[in-house]
Amino acid sequence: MTAVLGKDLLGLETLTSEQIGLVLDTAVPFKAVSLRPIKKVPTLRGKTIVNLFYEASTRTRISFEFAEKRLSADTVNVGSKGSSVEKGENLVDTARNLEAMNIDMVVIRHPSSGAAQFLADRIRSNVVNAGDGRHEHPTQGLLDLLTIRDRLGTLEGKRVCIVGDILHSRVARSNVWGLIKMGAEVAVCGPRSLMPRGIEGLGVTVLPRIEEAIEWADVLNILRLQLERMQAGYLPSLGEYARVFGLSEERLARAPRELLILHPGPMNRGVEIDSRVADGPHSVILDQVTNGVAVRMAVLYLLAGGRPELAEAAQAAKRGEAE
Amino acid sequence: MKPVLLTGGHVVDPSQGIDGRADVLVRDGKIVAVGPNIAVSDETEVFAADGFVVAPGFVDVHVHLREPGKEDAETIATGALAAAAGGFTSVCAMPNTDPVTDNQAAVGFILKQAREANAARVYPIGAVTVGQRGERLAEIGKMVAAGAVAVSDDGRPVLSSHLMRTALEYAQTFGVPVADHCEDPALAQGGVMHEGLTSTRLGLRGIPAAAEDIMVARDILLAELTGGHVHLCHMSTRGSVELIRRGKERGVRVTAEATPHHFTLTDEACAGYDTHAKMNPPLREAADVRAILEGLADGTIDAVATDHAPHHYEAKEREFDDAPFGVVGLETALGLGITELVDAGHMSLATLVERMSTRPAQIFHLEAGTLRVGAPADIVVFDAGAEWTVDPTAFRSKSRNTPFVGRKLKGRVVRTMVGGEVIFGT
Amino acid sequence: MTEANRTALLDARAIARAIARMAEEIVRFSGGTDELVLVGIQRRGVDLAERLARQIAGERGGVPQGAVDITLYRDDLQTVGPRPIVGETYIPVDLTGKWVMVVDDVLYTGRTVRAALAELADFGRPARVGLCVLVDRGGRELPIHADVVGETIAVDPGSRIDVLLEERDGRDAVELVQGGP
Repeated sequence: MTAVLGKDLLGLETLTSEQIGLVLDTAVPFKAVSLRPIKKVPTLRGKTIVNLFYEASTRTRISFEFAEKRLSADTVNVGSKGSSVEKGENLVDTARNLEAMNIDMVVIRHPSSGAAQFLADRIRSNVVNAGDGRHEHPTQGLLDLLTIRDRLGTLEGKRVCIVGDILHSRVARSNVWGLIKMGAEVAVCGPRSLMPRGIEGLGVTVLPRIEEAIEWADVLNILRLQLERMQAGYLPSLGEYARVFGLSEERLARAPRELLILHPGPMNRGVEIDSRVADGPHSVILDQVTNGVAVRMAVLYLLAGGRPELAEAAQAAKRGEAE
Repeated sequence: MKPVLLTGGHVVDPSQGIDGRADVLVRDGKIVAVGPNIAVSDETEVFAADGFVVAPGFVDVHVHLREPGKEDAETIATGALAAAAGGFTSVCAMPNTDPVTDNQAAVGFILKQAREANAARVYPIGAVTVGQRGERLAEIGKMVAAGAVAVSDDGRPVLSSHLMRTALEYAQTFGVPVADHCEDPALAQGGVMHEGLTSTRLGLRGIPAAAEDIMVARDILLAELTGGHVHLCHMSTRGSVELIRRGKERGVRVTAEATPHHFTLTDEACAGYDTHAKMNPPLREAADVRAILEGLADGTIDAVATDHAPHHYEAKEREFDDAPFGVVGLETALGLGITELVDAGHMSLATLVERMSTRPAQIFHLEAGTLRVGAPADIVVFDAGAEWTVDPTAFRSKSRNTPFVGRKLKGRVVRTMVGGEVIFGT
Repeated sequence: MTEANRTALLDARAIARAIARMAEEIVRFSGGTDELVLVGIQRRGVDLAERLARQIAGERGGVPQGAVDITLYRDDLQTVGPRPIVGETYIPVDLTGKWVMVVDDVLYTGRTVRAALAELADFGRPARVGLCVLVDRGGRELPIHADVVGETIAVDPGSRIDVLLEERDGRDAVELVQGGP
């Protein structure tokens, strides 16, 4: 039997490699849809999807919107203008309201870790985690995996190093889970003050300097230095970070093999990554964006079939008709 | 009130070295005799305690009764009833109420509410500083005269070392301990659980063990400097246990307590973002739990105290970051003590009674924790072998926020008596 | 559970004859136009389209071939449970003005063909669309008819027609499966 995703996509930590493989394989025909003259299929026609974004985000939300619309779903955006949003009661009551409106799917981005699970536990609709606090950003992890797999042919045995503010990064965590499950070797690199306690316990190597990462890796995933989430005191200055950890052209030139460069975006050009590297031949940053829409279409498509009670109801109705 | 004879029970009273079958006779609210085969007149009420343990009522030196200010979560009355259901005949109420209990009138209010509740005895703890703001000392003398048995700014540490030193010196005049909540706020800032592999997995900000160890070390040194008595609240780390052990060896007047959840659970209880596992100090790693168990066994940690922290269910029905810290504990303490300490082989039943009754009463100078002749008849009768499953809907407390829902425990209160009167049970 | 009862309906030779005849009919139906395009429905429709293209090529030169996977256009997606893998959809030319012959192995309810027509509409506006099937088993639930048919075989709803093709299943056969799964 084909692997299924279940009701929600909350993170990659709890997925099997079969499930991850299913999403990546399913994304391939959806890439083709985006190349057609009519970039739409009727697969989720009549389904209502709410994009519940409690954090400002342009690119992820737009990517999800494209994915939803290309599947012919109806989308509603609910977001907080600016950053001062009432947390707490809002999420519980929001969950109840959505339930009462019979929404089919919710895509949620929230500043608290665990918020996606909190919502998923309380509503029958499918829930897709578009980033919860510092916990996971599974669709980003999946599109990164797809990008690497497309370019290198496989993830098995490939050496991937994630560079930057690992402590605050949900992208890093999702990547770590996804890569390890698909058989890659994973390392993390960054200032020690931005490295979470116990990270080795997840199965990754910690590389203290970017020079070592460049020496070791096949793929570098460069994280954005998350200015808005950093509490003061972790780093002395951006300039120092750029000098010590920035991926510059000079550093990249010393790589012993052809490196693949990923970045989840948006980039702080000149801080964690040089413009010339970002726009250069090793960068697959734009592939990531393309793959993002396809992966999100695949996820929505796979989840929409993951409500067994609907199948049962339909079967029961059919049986009722036959009698 | 008629005299009461509790016959045939297994009497455990570490204060007198009693640990065996005996009868206990109560008259006029006091213990009049403890011994085998006490003869009595016909008018005496007899309670058959065969198969049960009879001990001095438990004393919990660290509870939050929420009144005044958060009566939706608990009141002094419901808290005192919950205590009685847990076998506690005396509890000490922390002052982080709203308004803060930092003056003699507030102390009087708590005593009045407790009297009317007519369940477990409630002893107020006064604040160390006015409003618990850590700026200047509260009127400790007046509060003690009004009935406060200790001072604490629990909920937060006394941050200024100078102020803590002063408090330790000043409190000696009135013979009360200063109970400190040991947490370095700068290190703990924003943290919602223990900093370790689990917090990394869950993407939650962590509170490192060092945040507690640092303040424990400071408080012990200040107690050493001043000769004062510092009582360390809710210890949770192996570092703390080690520091306390060394301090006691040096003769420092330091005492300590640990909660049942800290000797039972690790930070893995936070998996799935269960807010019922969110408390401060947080649940730590297995090695810390082991150290707490050893500390309770060898007396480095003097007392079991629940840090009973009721919260209305809506408060905990939130994302992990936003949920308040704290869990209730009065009604599960005995069960966890028997199951996780005695049955698990870490200590004898007598030692458990010492940690839950004898020692806490001694530390806070309460007339409790003993079945000596002439002592108030504050007694707990419990069935050490009774198996039960934790069901929060059956709690006497107003709140249900416990991490032990559905857990099978051994050890259940049969009867609790205060001043010879039955306040819970048969 | 009873074992399925398999009966052979067409053997390899019968299939070959049917395909040859179908190829002729397609050419006739399309009026010898240069605008003919064969589009097979995944998966065995694609294999059949390939064979038909070869037959036709023998008579009048190459015919463009495409494939459609109709999974994303199905009308019963909410109830099929675990997702079938979506196959390739490949349309080699702009379909506007073309004569499209949709090819499938078995025509039954007509829903698969409806989905294929919806999908083709997203690729352009053909001048004409026809349907060619190896087996028409009746039981239509939609007003769909085949223009070119290999064999018409009436089958009761409890049974299934299996089309096996050498390139995919190792042998050519059309079998009736009664009872069983």
